[in-house]
Amino acid sequence: MHPSRSGRRVHIATTRLSRQEPGGAGRSENRSRSVIRRRRGRRAYVFLLPWIVGCVGLTVGPIIASLYFSFTDYNLLSSPHWIGLENYFNLFSDERYLTSVVVTLKYVFISVPVKLAFALLVAMVLKESFKMTSVYRAVYYVPSLLGGSVAVAILWRQIFGDPGILQSFLAQLGISSQGWLTSPATALNTLVVLEAWQFGSPMLIFLAALRQMPQDLYESALVDGAGRVGRFWYITIPLLTPIIFFNLILQMIGAFQAFTPSFIISGGTGGPVDSTLFYTLYLYIKGFGDLEMGYASAMAWVLVIVIGGITGLLFYSSKFWVFYGDSK
Amino acid sequence: MTTLGSTGVVTSANTQKKRRGRPLARHIALVAFGLLMIYPLVWIVGSSFKPANEIFSTAIPFPLHGANIQGYISGWTALGTPFWVYFLNSFLICALSVVGNIFSCSFAAFAFARLEFRLRKLMFVVMMGTIMLPFHVLVVPQFILFRTLNWTDTYIPLVLPKFLAVDAFFIFLLLQFMRGIPRELDEAATIDGCGPFGVYWRIMMPLCLPGLATTAIFTIIFTYNDFFSQLLYISDTSKFTVPLALSTFVDSKATSNYSGLLAMSTLALIPVIAIFIAFQRLLVEGIATTGIK
Repeated sequence: MHPSRSGRRVHIATTRLSRQEPGGAGRSENRSRSVIRRRRGRRAYVFLLPWIVGCVGLTVGPIIASLYFSFTDYNLLSSPHWIGLENYFNLFSDERYLTSVVVTLKYVFISVPVKLAFALLVAMVLKESFKMTSVYRAVYYVPSLLGGSVAVAILWRQIFGDPGILQSFLAQLGISSQGWLTSPATALNTLVVLEAWQFGSPMLIFLAALRQMPQDLYESALVDGAGRVGRFWYITIPLLTPIIFFNLILQMIGAFQAFTPSFIISGGTGGPVDSTLFYTLYLYIKGFGDLEMGYASAMAWVLVIVIGGITGLLFYSSKFWVFYGDSK
Repeated sequence: MTTLGSTGVVTSANTQKKRRGRPLARHIALVAFGLLMIYPLVWIVGSSFKPANEIFSTAIPFPLHGANIQGYISGWTALGTPFWVYFLNSFLICALSVVGNIFSCSFAAFAFARLEFRLRKLMFVVMMGTIMLPFHVLVVPQFILFRTLNWTDTYIPLVLPKFLAVDAFFIFLLLQFMRGIPRELDEAATIDGCGPFGVYWRIMMPLCLPGLATTAIFTIIFTYNDFFSQLLYISDTSKFTVPLALSTFVDSKATSNYSGLLAMSTLALIPVIAIFIAFQRLLVEGIATTGIK
């Protein structure tokens, strides 16, 4: 990372060594330096060994294997059989697959902006320190830690299900409603609410950024007569765009991979009428229910390409809307 | 709030005074919103103490006729095996994962932070690249690998990746911590005769304690909440973890033992809430500096 600094460190080490062997000044220093380098290099691999084994065996290897499987027909029982691009072609004629794509895109493109809007709004309110800030922060943050768990997915089933607490509450008010989870029109929305409920972690990131904003800009805006909205729109938002960008990427990637809520709330089927069939759930059903490993691998690769593509687009678009203070 | 003083300069005392009118409204809004946010959790805790017929009859989260622990008694053994087995299994996996992640990730982070080796830049890029990689692209080949090795239905597929630093995110987190430690310290240690391992163990590890604690806490929470890989690899009921047990409980709702289900779900939430309460500051800082969930 810092070549000059590590160079100095090696130098200190060599002077220590050459002091021990006072005979050969120049040449031995050179030699011992390279010996130390090599020895350090070898030691480095001792430290890196677990990671290298994991990276080759459990990450890079599987990526390549999954690319290979995606071109095969493989059901675990007989050996993989090369079929070229057939899996990929089949995806586009698989109606359930296309449904899962639509469901997932809807989920990502609704839940992520809603979640980030809540996160920013609440962070704006909590930005100034006052009594109880830490209590509010804790209350708003806890759902982020619990949200992905099976227990909370079960809780969601009991709130929006049939029988469910929302249903009985509305019934008390004289409004009759069908189960929110049993109706294909509303089931996905309850999952969006569950995702938005976990706005706490992007909120904390916004909060940390808001508290570090340079105050002089706000003061000069005040002097210039900017109102609350003006200051928010022309100072806070531009200064915050790098953080918005960061949160957007992080939440988007996370939302594409959501699995547990869809699995628990639909009982592993993606129902009602596939309205909560997340991409990952369909991948699970195909791969580990129907044992179509090749097909599941092709699905995984399409997911990687889509996530990579959207991330790339966001990075490209960031040129136009993300404002990095001192660059330019 | 935006009116200017006669000099055109707004002093902070002035702004402070103008702000004083708003706190009450703000507190009311924050409390109301906070109650809405926390309501589901209050509801599940309260309802776990209700008799079954009262659970869905009212939106009031508290048991109206006194606490009733029937749900806890019936839920505890509803799956045949008592729930402590599932908790123990979950805790065992969490403990092994913490040990694995702490050592393997700090090893790799130390090498990237302080040691020189060939292909360093390339390896760093690969490491960073694996952070954002969707887990699902790995899951099929990993499953086939572990199945070939006859490791399905053991905890090895769940724990081994932690000992091999597969959660590269934590390498990055610890690397950031180690970069903040002054190099003069390890130079001094080197002069005093420490090799790389000595520097790692005597300098880096003690000074990285907050980073290691953050790693440990997030490893526990992620592992405890993890469902996908446990669902994939564990099929023997006696090896079930808490999420698997709850998932089975929901499926077998033919019994419609709602109070038991809610009671066990409440118990399942407690470890994470306890960790949050105990380590709130570390968690909040961990998120603010790194952006994990």
